[in-house]
Amino acid sequence: MAITPEDILHTARLANLALTAEETERFSRDLEGIMAYVDLLKQVDITDVLPATCLSQGRNVFREDRVVPSLAGDKIRRNAPDWYRGMFRVPRVIG
Amino acid sequence: MIMDLCRENLAGMRDLLKDGEVSAVDLCRAHLNRIAERKSLNAFITIDGERAIDAARTADKRKQAGEETGLLAGLPLAVKDNICIDGQPTTCASKILDKFIPPYTATAVFNLLNAGAVIVGKTNLDEFGMGSSDEHSHFGPVKNPHDLSRTPGGSSGGSAAAVADFQVTAALGSDTGGSVRQPASFCGIVGLKPTYGAVSRYGLTAFASSFDQIGVLTRSVTDCEMVFRVICGRDEHDATSVRSIYPDDYSGDLKSAGRMRIGIPTEYFGEGLAPEVGAIVEKTIEELARDGRAIRKISLPHTKYAVAAYYIIANAEASANLARFDGVRYGTRVDSGQLSALYRESRSQGFGVEVKRRILLGTYVLSAGYRDEYYDRAQRVRTKIIGDFEDVFSSVDLLVCPTTPTTAFKLGEKLDDPLAMYLSDIYTVPASLAGLPALSVPCGTANGLPVGLQIIGPRFAESRLFSLATEIERLAGHRRTGV
Amino acid sequence: MTGWDRNHADFEAVIGLEIHAQLLTESKMFCGCSTAYGAPPNTQTCPVCLGLPGALPVANRQAIEYALRFVLAVGGTVNRRNVFARKNYYYPDLPKGYQISQYDQPLGEGGTIIIIEDNTAKSIGLMRAHLEEDAGKSFHVDARAGGPATLVDLNRCGVPLLEIVSQPEIRSPYQAYLFVTKIRQLVRYLDICSGDMEKGALRCDANISVRRQRKKTLGTRTEIKNINSIRGVERALTREIDRQIDILGSGGQIEQTTLFWDDDAQDVRPMRGKEESADYRYFPDPDLPEVVIDDDWLRRAAKAIPELPNQRRDRLVHEFHIPPYDAGVLTAERPLAEYFEAVASLVDRPKSAANWVLTEVLGALREVSGNIEEFPVQPPQLAELLREIEVGNISGKIAKEVFRIMQSEGGSAREIIERRGLQQISDGDTIQLVIGQVLRAYPTECKAYRGGKKKLFGFFVGEVMARTNGKANPQKVNELLRKMLED
Repeated sequence: MAITPEDILHTARLANLALTAEETERFSRDLEGIMAYVDLLKQVDITDVLPATCLSQGRNVFREDRVVPSLAGDKIRRNAPDWYRGMFRVPRVIG
Repeated sequence: MIMDLCRENLAGMRDLLKDGEVSAVDLCRAHLNRIAERKSLNAFITIDGERAIDAARTADKRKQAGEETGLLAGLPLAVKDNICIDGQPTTCASKILDKFIPPYTATAVFNLLNAGAVIVGKTNLDEFGMGSSDEHSHFGPVKNPHDLSRTPGGSSGGSAAAVADFQVTAALGSDTGGSVRQPASFCGIVGLKPTYGAVSRYGLTAFASSFDQIGVLTRSVTDCEMVFRVICGRDEHDATSVRSIYPDDYSGDLKSAGRMRIGIPTEYFGEGLAPEVGAIVEKTIEELARDGRAIRKISLPHTKYAVAAYYIIANAEASANLARFDGVRYGTRVDSGQLSALYRESRSQGFGVEVKRRILLGTYVLSAGYRDEYYDRAQRVRTKIIGDFEDVFSSVDLLVCPTTPTTAFKLGEKLDDPLAMYLSDIYTVPASLAGLPALSVPCGTANGLPVGLQIIGPRFAESRLFSLATEIERLAGHRRTGV
Repeated sequence: MTGWDRNHADFEAVIGLEIHAQLLTESKMFCGCSTAYGAPPNTQTCPVCLGLPGALPVANRQAIEYALRFVLAVGGTVNRRNVFARKNYYYPDLPKGYQISQYDQPLGEGGTIIIIEDNTAKSIGLMRAHLEEDAGKSFHVDARAGGPATLVDLNRCGVPLLEIVSQPEIRSPYQAYLFVTKIRQLVRYLDICSGDMEKGALRCDANISVRRQRKKTLGTRTEIKNINSIRGVERALTREIDRQIDILGSGGQIEQTTLFWDDDAQDVRPMRGKEESADYRYFPDPDLPEVVIDDDWLRRAAKAIPELPNQRRDRLVHEFHIPPYDAGVLTAERPLAEYFEAVASLVDRPKSAANWVLTEVLGALREVSGNIEEFPVQPPQLAELLREIEVGNISGKIAKEVFRIMQSEGGSAREIIERRGLQQISDGDTIQLVIGQVLRAYPTECKAYRGGKKKLFGFFVGEVMARTNGKANPQKVNELLRKMLED
């Protein structure tokens, strides 16, 4: 199936990626090739086959409701690109 | 002397330490020197010599004080740089995690440290584990110690090259679709991808959560088992990790090595397999047969769909796993007046081309209108592939096949053809889809380059893998090539 | 204004509510950080809820148990096999870039909530109830933070939420108000959510459209987010209905959009920032094994469900013969219902106990805006007071005085009555003595009464009561006064 630059740009918006014109062109070509290859899967008869689920084959793996100590503040702050009064700061979202 | 020290295996080093012939600090220094000498291989991203020497010194002191020491006391190991260690940079070979310092330690590393291991540094990889050649690293490609113009494989190429090159004796890697086994094969060493759930993933930066497993790279099967024994087991921080099974469930297997029935999947010997690789693998299988093993040809009919299913599911998971790298709480931020631009610019400038390609692919197959056609279908095909393995493991104990279709390819050879790169994972991906343990062990050389033989077992049959691998090591050891 | 009233009658609102209830666990949904409210920002965070590389979620068993309790209480169907899914979108207070939620197999489906409007019960169907993790909190600030910025606190991030989605069966803002009130009452009864809307423990989003009366097709709907008080529900919906009718009435069209309720401005305004046409790309979260609810677990969850408000109301009506409305008020909150039943079980006349709780106790609580658990007069003390009335030791009027003393000073009813000499005077001789004094003091009035001015009787009763400080037994006073006046 054809993957247009518009498809790529829409997908990039969902993934929060900004693509250059060359990248857009290149990725549409790459993805078109890959998607053509994965069409192979349409040969498999999947009637009555369930999708695979958690590979560990476990179920009901829980934590008990107990509080454990949180991280120390400086360990969070150290990695923060912009930290203001104990909070992460980003450009304002709602005007 | 120093070089000889580095050539020892973990078991040998343990003996030397025990007899007091060398100290942990000696061992550590010898390896740090070797790493410095062989910097051109680009196997490491960070080396923290001081911290390593400190750890070695502690190990020596504990030994002198007669304290009980762990299985890996004083032994130098490396860790792939997508596994977190508290206070040490973890980059995942990505610009987006430049300067990121995790505030916590991965459970597997915690277990290593608990056993007394000395971590000398963090190894290079394909960015976020996405690649099969180690060329997709923000810190440049890793070179294969057997031929510097070739790739060591990927994505645990730094770990594999470091171990093969005697820069370290054992290393942790991570395997999503073959990222431990393929570089082990290309570098002529042992590489184990454990059963999904055998080793905690807590602290391993997720690429594809239903595939990722921390694995072990070593030069000998015994060493591999030693490290695996230390890192495996149930972890309360990883809901997909399972109860501690080692060693009890495995020990019985060790004795039965002689009676093992071995299956040869015919699909792994067809078109695409380089003849010189096929020849050496088949020769090893003949030797096993001569040694009295029951060898049987079996079929895994859905093998040819594995790569397609794998790239859909793994990248779908990756597209969500990599969404957290947004420049808000940590990592690279490209400042911008607007939040949407901050997200897009940080991610676009922070991620390399292969990562972007995979995020796009994964986002695409999950997006409205395509989810059923691609993601959902691939998960159903995955069920069929799991079924293939279940069927054959009712009649054989282990499967033996090539690890990769070719020996190490040239750097740059497949860089512009992502599909060709993906297809080189054809033999490693099926076991990943099924969550099965698989191990690559050297079985000889082709045109002077190492060839790996892959052993695949049923869930939690790691011991069985080790016993057959030991056998192959004995049979094929003389065919190994040195660095 | 009046012009719109005519229009209003032509339109009908179709409302569906989504309620997010924070579950009362100690620790978060997928990590061990505390859920306590009010800590300094980002001090209750860890690698998991910060979305650090390599961190993994592990589900909190108690949160699942609480959610189960709700589904069973509303008569919903429990899905035996539960899968957590990733809901993918970007927002600064969503660290992982996805929210762990449930998608095609929610924990509960169906069930109903009964609201009572003008003494008529109306049943509102539930679509689903599912578990998810809360996001963090964003503060949108101006110059204070050195320019316009959004500040992110992740303390709340990962707190377990139960999302309750109603069918679009609500027809007015008032019904929506009743629905939210009922949900709040229920989760508090079940002890799974504090219901504290001010602290964000219960939040409400609404989907709303209007259509011409008797039309079957639905109009274009809008979504209102950020409704954070029970009254806000009614106000926000009223405001939005007005807006929609305004547009439709003047021939315009409603745009499908997300609005934001601004409680300060008491108005809805368009929401910006969040992606408008969302494609959440749900898929099962591979980090979390499936949750299987077996019979045993269901039985345990059912056992933890107390008698629910509607059942309790009906039982009180039957058992104590109190009016349904009164029973409704008494059962509105579980602690109050428990208080009342404790009193009622200790007295002979539960109906009067009901009156006392409804008027005196609730009145006193309103005055001090206190809660029943800390009310100084606890059930045994109130019952003792009521028994004093029942045996004729004090009158109802004196009892109110004793009750006030008990509230302010504590102590038992009997002790207060004795210490202050408040016992009722029932002794005939004493009462006759006082009556004699009164009659002598008012000879003119006596004459007038005997001359036929019978309504003066009340005046004499009042005088007798005044001279006994209200302690004379009113029946005895009536009886003896009549006899002495007639003589």
